[in-house]
Amino acid sequence: MIHSTKKTSIVAIGIIAAILIIFFISLNTGTIPIGPADVLKTLFGTGDGSYDVILFDFRLPRMIIALLIGIGMGIAGAILQGVSQNGLADPGILGINAGAGFAVVLYIFFLQDQLAGSGNLQVFIMPIFAFAGAFLAAGLVYTLAWKKGVTPVRLILVGIGINAAFGGLIIVFQLMMEPKDFTQATVWLNGSIWQTSWNYVLALLPWILLLVPFAMYKAKALNVLTLGDQLATGVGAPVQKERTLLLLTAVGLAGACVSVGGAITFLGLVAPHLARRIVGPNHKHQLPICALIGALIMLVADTLSRTLLAPSEIPIGLVVSAIGAPYFIYLLIKE
Amino acid sequence: MQARRLIGTIILIAGTLLLIFSIGLSIIFGVSDISLGTVWNSIFHYDTTNTSHQIIQRLRLPRAVAAVLIGAMLAASGAIMQGMTRNPLASPQIMGVTSGATFMIAIALVFLPDLSNVNLLLFAFAGAGLGLGLVFGVGLLARTGLTPVKLALAGTAITALLGSFSNALAIHFDVARDLSFWYAGGVANVQWDTVKLLFPAAVIGMILALFISGSVTTLSLGEDVATGLGLKTGAVKVAGVLVVLILTGAAVSVGGTIGFVGLVIPHITRFIVGPDYRWIIPCSAILGGILLNFADILSRMVNPPFETPVGALTALIGVPFFIYLARREGKNI
Repeated sequence: MIHSTKKTSIVAIGIIAAILIIFFISLNTGTIPIGPADVLKTLFGTGDGSYDVILFDFRLPRMIIALLIGIGMGIAGAILQGVSQNGLADPGILGINAGAGFAVVLYIFFLQDQLAGSGNLQVFIMPIFAFAGAFLAAGLVYTLAWKKGVTPVRLILVGIGINAAFGGLIIVFQLMMEPKDFTQATVWLNGSIWQTSWNYVLALLPWILLLVPFAMYKAKALNVLTLGDQLATGVGAPVQKERTLLLLTAVGLAGACVSVGGAITFLGLVAPHLARRIVGPNHKHQLPICALIGALIMLVADTLSRTLLAPSEIPIGLVVSAIGAPYFIYLLIKE
Repeated sequence: MQARRLIGTIILIAGTLLLIFSIGLSIIFGVSDISLGTVWNSIFHYDTTNTSHQIIQRLRLPRAVAAVLIGAMLAASGAIMQGMTRNPLASPQIMGVTSGATFMIAIALVFLPDLSNVNLLLFAFAGAGLGLGLVFGVGLLARTGLTPVKLALAGTAITALLGSFSNALAIHFDVARDLSFWYAGGVANVQWDTVKLLFPAAVIGMILALFISGSVTTLSLGEDVATGLGLKTGAVKVAGVLVVLILTGAAVSVGGTIGFVGLVIPHITRFIVGPDYRWIIPCSAILGGILLNFADILSRMVNPPFETPVGALTALIGVPFFIYLARREGKNI
């Protein structure tokens, strides 16, 4: 135990160092490169002010959003894989992405043009729609899977069904859209954090601050649930209650992340796998490492999404898949 | 066991009748409705000057045949996948087939926009092979061998990777809408020359599928049990992947992504006929054909004269039933 705690700390310090380095590099890069000296000066308020807007209004908020989404999605994914006892599960399995995606597609199709020009409020309407969609879908999955309690298999199966239904509805509405709306919806569905502002950071932060510590606190319960229902009940755990609480936590985290960042599915699948391979299956160690790995992947992905095809940007969800998948495959082969 | 065999036989016979009936319906319903007598005449006394006959022969009949074939192919290969990987999440999509096809279509749309329809089909089929080859290759390279979970994980990763490439291409070169139309799929524009390509793939694939169905049943008991029973698991898996490639590759190339059939129909069939894949595979094929053909008929009637994407309809039709079954007997899967 002592050994693995030490290992976890070393790994954590390593990842945090990597995050700090990439954070600094990322501040320098983009359509308009800024030299390291200017970045430091601007950050400490001693610059000439010419980079204030780029750094403070554009780069910093979206990088912080990227970090927060990474943490939230990583934890949500770890919880879901633990609760469902299936390594293929990610927040998408609870219908979170599909529900949010459908709500956003409906919003773009029916409401967006009517609401155009309503100013500041408009920035928040789409995330609110997405969040509501995510919660509704997850609630629907959970309710339909409920029958004197919820079993992991039933949850996964109902999740597949609800996902397929929402996926179908998304395609139906998307193909009826004007080309401009279609592109907007496609970009959202592939995950993007382009329009990020400090407002989004403030909207997302409470969820992370509240639910991440709670998930860590529940790590032991998650360990017990991973044993399977019979064993978990045998050791005296209130299985259904803990499962509901943990699922709610995951839905809150993933829903909040998806509503500001769009569908960034692969992260929730890949981060827990990586964490498990590094520090083992104990969630006390796995959860914090998972959060850090998620944050690191998102930060790297954000940097790449800005620079690879500059000045045009690639949706960050695509970059996450493009860098996460090969590493995941490498691990599969090597193990 | 006896009862299950009876149910299986009933499904095969009644299903085939329903299938023929659905083809008849598919020919009758459309933007211009046609009477049954005309259908009969068009097939047995074809009159080249009669517009209705031409609509039937050139448009409706190939469309109905394609819908049945694609539905049957997707469902049968879905059944094989689920039997081999023992994972309820496994579907042809997870083996990289669909994402590979989509990836090649994206490349074709961006770099070879003038490609003919038949060539586009070949591109899609090559892509299906590419996706499946990558997934299988990763599985083979893995040191601990081709465990079902490993194969499914490799599939998920390759799907994410190829999917991100095709979406990035599509968004950057502004062909996302075209790609979505292909992706949403459908059999509305299928002609005889396409059916001629589809048919041999369906026949060969189905025969091979039935041939390995007994081994798939053994494999579905678990790797260790199967090896203990003297099954050459490696050979069965290679054969299974080949069958999936032929069936899904051809089906996806023609019809785009109609994912729910390959996922849901095998589940439903297993609920009904039990765990023996010698029954699951043929019954899945019949039920898959029925589902897709009815969905295709519905796609013309929802919002005429526009066609609603058939892949979306299969999902909306299949989901309630799927959830009902999952709730009733969820633990038997």
